[in-house]
Amino acid sequence: MSTDSGDQKHISQRPLSPHLQVYKLPLAALISIGHRATGFALTCGTLLLLWLLIAAATGPAPYNTFMAFATSPLGQFMLFGWTLSLYFHLTNGVRHLFGDMGYLLKIKSAHQSGCLILIATFLLTAGTWYCALYI
Amino acid sequence: MTQQDFRSDLAKAKNLGSAGHGSGHWLAQRITAVVLIPLIVWIIYSIISMLGADYEQFTAWLSQPINAVLMILFVIASFYHAVLGSQVIIEDYISNEGFRVSKIIAQKLFFTAAGIACVFSILKIALA
Repeated sequence: MSTDSGDQKHISQRPLSPHLQVYKLPLAALISIGHRATGFALTCGTLLLLWLLIAAATGPAPYNTFMAFATSPLGQFMLFGWTLSLYFHLTNGVRHLFGDMGYLLKIKSAHQSGCLILIATFLLTAGTWYCALYI
Repeated sequence: MTQQDFRSDLAKAKNLGSAGHGSGHWLAQRITAVVLIPLIVWIIYSIISMLGADYEQFTAWLSQPINAVLMILFVIASFYHAVLGSQVIIEDYISNEGFRVSKIIAQKLFFTAAGIACVFSILKIALA
């Protein structure tokens, strides 16, 4: 009897496994998911490059159709998403390469390098669009 | 205390691990990643400098050997990297083996075809 109640008490005091709905993911986990999401977005984005090259090889009319799409609001939005995804995936990819060599794996350095790649992604995206629109 | 090794002599000689394909996939992903770093710098610079280009300007730019070769390298490296990455996503999220294997084969065939279409288009413009 006493051992049963003791087991029950023991079970109730165990920490619950993290449920995704109520568990605040650390920055490193969010960036890890973001790396996969941006990788998928960039994979879809390669279809734009495929479209451009085939259109240019076909003739002026298909090329102009592509350019009309690329300069449309939807096209500009997709290109903005492409640059954002590209810089995130690029900078975090370099962070991954450091991880492969055994650096930036401690909690503190993983968090700091995560903040750094978010800042770099923002600056590179803003800089690219500044050059594209104003220079 | 030594750990008991359950691997057969053949498995040790092949050195391919439990997944059966060694570290080839992992290594190919890293090599294409490193190769893509300078190619991305080039393509971003090219896109910005070619903004608003009409058909004649674009095809003249892509006809230059340096641009044609770098574009072919970018297509091959990025499509290969994308195939390796999306294969891992499929392996992680699709539990049904038949559907998973079919999907991996389908996406590899698609990117092979897309890559060949890109390279052919570049060569058609460059050699025109």
